[in-house]
Amino acid sequence: MSTVPAPRELTTRPRLSDRVFRRVVTAGGLSSLVILGLITVFLAYRGVEVLRQEGFNFITKSNWSITTDDAGNVVESHFGLAAMLVGTILCSAVAVVIALPISVATALYLNFYAPPWLKKFLIAVIDMMAAFPSILFGIWGFLVLMPSIEYWAKLLNRYLGFVPVFHVDAYVFTRSPFVAGVILAIMIIPIITSVSREVFSQAPLDRIQAAYALGATRWGMIKAVVIPHGRSGVIGGAMLGLGRAMGETVAVFTVLNIVFQVNWHVLFGVGGNVASLIILKFGEASPYEIKALMAAGLVLFVLTLLVNAIADLIVKTTGKSGK
Amino acid sequence: MTTVAPRKPWAATPADRLRDLAIFLLSAVLSYLVVAVTPAKGKLAYVGLFFIFYSVASGIAGWIKFGRRSAADLFIKTLIGLMAFVTVLPILSILTTVIAKGYRGINLNIFKTDMSLNAPTDPLNVGGLLHAITGTVILVSVALVLSVPLGILTALYITEVKGRFTKPIKFLVQAMSGVPSIVAGLFILSAVLYPITKAYSGFMASLALTILMIPTIARTSEEVLKLIPNDLREAGVALGGTQWRTVAMIVLPAARSGLMTAVILGIARIAGETAPLLLLSGGGDKVNPNPFHDPMGSLPYYIWKSFNAGSPEAITRAWAGLLVLITIVLILFTAARLLSTRKVK
Amino acid sequence: MTSSLSEVANAHVTKAPSIRAAGTGLEARGVHAWFTKHHALADVSLDFAPGTVTALIGPSGCGKSTFIRTLNRMHEFIPGAAMAGEVLLDGKDVYAPGVDVTKIRLQIGMVFQKPNPFPSMTIGENVLSGLKLAQVKVDNKDDLLEECLERAGLWKEVKDRLGAHGGSLSGGQQQRLCIARALAVRPQVLLMDEPCSALDPGSTLRIEETIRHLSDTMTIVIVTHNMQQAARVSDSTAFFLSDGGPGQMIEFAPTSEIFSRPKDKRTEDYVTGRFG
Repeated sequence: MSTVPAPRELTTRPRLSDRVFRRVVTAGGLSSLVILGLITVFLAYRGVEVLRQEGFNFITKSNWSITTDDAGNVVESHFGLAAMLVGTILCSAVAVVIALPISVATALYLNFYAPPWLKKFLIAVIDMMAAFPSILFGIWGFLVLMPSIEYWAKLLNRYLGFVPVFHVDAYVFTRSPFVAGVILAIMIIPIITSVSREVFSQAPLDRIQAAYALGATRWGMIKAVVIPHGRSGVIGGAMLGLGRAMGETVAVFTVLNIVFQVNWHVLFGVGGNVASLIILKFGEASPYEIKALMAAGLVLFVLTLLVNAIADLIVKTTGKSGK
Repeated sequence: MTTVAPRKPWAATPADRLRDLAIFLLSAVLSYLVVAVTPAKGKLAYVGLFFIFYSVASGIAGWIKFGRRSAADLFIKTLIGLMAFVTVLPILSILTTVIAKGYRGINLNIFKTDMSLNAPTDPLNVGGLLHAITGTVILVSVALVLSVPLGILTALYITEVKGRFTKPIKFLVQAMSGVPSIVAGLFILSAVLYPITKAYSGFMASLALTILMIPTIARTSEEVLKLIPNDLREAGVALGGTQWRTVAMIVLPAARSGLMTAVILGIARIAGETAPLLLLSGGGDKVNPNPFHDPMGSLPYYIWKSFNAGSPEAITRAWAGLLVLITIVLILFTAARLLSTRKVK
Repeated sequence: MTSSLSEVANAHVTKAPSIRAAGTGLEARGVHAWFTKHHALADVSLDFAPGTVTALIGPSGCGKSTFIRTLNRMHEFIPGAAMAGEVLLDGKDVYAPGVDVTKIRLQIGMVFQKPNPFPSMTIGENVLSGLKLAQVKVDNKDDLLEECLERAGLWKEVKDRLGAHGGSLSGGQQQRLCIARALAVRPQVLLMDEPCSALDPGSTLRIEETIRHLSDTMTIVIVTHNMQQAARVSDSTAFFLSDGGPGQMIEFAPTSEIFSRPKDKRTEDYVTGRFG
């Protein structure tokens, strides 16, 4: 016991078949890295000309115009995403503000209130909703939901119109960022709900029972144990939802009235988002305009990556602090 | 010896149930009255007011019975239950609308013909979505062939090989699941379509769908493989198996039904994806069995085109397309659930 | 307690050294084991004579399971694991460079704490799975199947349902199936890591019978928490203990001696039930 030897260096090599296996799996595992890298490289490569031309104006100005002469050469062009970026943020912010409380309450209901049979059924239904195609939300939102939302939007404007975001310049309530936001909210509720449900279910049982043993009501227990435990996980889930809402294309394009004008008034029927701009302009875009669209795609890509990275970080830190 | 009947002293008594029912009815009547006398109107007004009345009424009932703390508890309980109901409400509305509006566009004919001779605005008895269904099947199949190996290899890297990049790859897969579908479309456009093929085709769209599908398959497979007890891997290795043979003969077969679930969820994720198809597939109106040549139609593209044509017939076509699409997604989803709940023996 | 245990140990007739299994046996020389920085096992040297059963006993956390896993190189699967010393099989170091690890594990089989038949395979496939895993060719698989199940004491119970799933057996039967599976690749040594800890007393007895039969032809090392079991099945016993530091082997002797005349005070305290 007096002398402890140094650990042995193990030099045996695994068999050839295992080395091949590990290489193949590693190569496959790196596919996500390769794909994400290629996306960045190619979008940047196609968009760099426009980005260089426009500089910061690309994200601060909001006009989208291109003039070509008869030979098809570009005479003059202005590309600025500001209105679309504002619209992206506005729509997805509305979505998260609406979806977050509903999702958290649903997750709490599923974990702590629902009878077991109902819980199973609801989880299946909500998971299923996450698999609904976005074009369905778009068309349903436009034809079915919009009239109802319009009514609520008018109500909000009448009683809360003095709050700047609820102000409207003209009496146009259809196809507003608010409508798009509500539809996006419905689309991201399943995501935030399932993340929240996950973190709530990890709340330590001993602490839950301790709270009950101290005479806490169910809500008291949730406030004292579950919410503090799950808070950052829920925020992470909301960020994931935000990322999804920012990248949504077809549903937003279907309901939103896309106009190149910076509009911070959620109820006013003018807006846009980067993804739907790409769909809108792609059909008749000239080669140079396509480059601008690629640059817009790059901006959107970086934005969603950023939001997702932050979300991932937040969700991970809860996992650790909770134990 | 007297027999003792089992009791559940904590269960609701008939009196409790009666009181709950009374609160429910009272709130319903109140919300009806308020809608009747005030300018508030519409289905949502009923629902909204009912929420408020129901929560407050149960809170008050709790206060009367047990005091203030209980009032808050019951108020919140009702509120939370109602919020959960709000979550389900859109699903109910979506399903009923799609069925109610879509069934008129469904007839045997649409499964036999395509739209090569018709416009979306034509009467409903001509034209069909055969091209769209075959197109979607082909697009999804090609995407499957590409994404299943990559997705499962990624999961194997995280759970079995556990190399140096495990953490970054987990992060990247997460990040990849957040890539907007339109960006995936633009990427294929810029990296493959413009420089190489220079033509719209089903294969281009499948490539974009592959990007969207990999993270779903990788993450679900990862979860499934993590559930395989480590004992089994150790037993395989202790019997003189190499890691490769242990994974191929024991781990993957044991995870079989879970991996099927992963694949099905991946299909459900992309079957209705629209944006990249608008950029890449070209959206033909004719049945086209070759993914490498000529534009290829698909259900989402058909729905999109019909909806944008705008006439009542075209909109009905769109709803019918949605009904077909959603039926496919629901069947896949149910299959995935049945598979995943079946226990590993 | 002491008397009853030593009676049990004496009742089990220690095998005459003339009955010897093939090979020159397994030997551990100065084995240490680490988990990252944690020094779990220090300087264990043990000689497992061919054709004998050696029991490793000791309280939880004394390093006996870690030790048994160093013998067939399962230890290195735990991330951050390290070891020192030598493990000799037939005089050759199993940790030497250039050694084919999978071959070592073919020669030194292992049975785990919990029964773990492969869920995707039938009973028959489970028994023969080692052949497929290690790509060993056998002429007559049916004979081998019967022989292994017979030796594991399971043949009579399952011969009519070899096509059923391994999971359909009871816990004790599953564990015997795992023993049969380990036997099919014909190892010289069988390591058993608390093979009965998840089983009921009846199944435990059946496994112990099996172990005694097997020891005629192979070397067996068994980790157990149960001192009666050690007394019943083993020829020699090693007592492991950790005094807060790394686990050490305190005493190694014929089983009857360990339970009747332990040399070390700590061994005596443990086998008489004063702690642990």
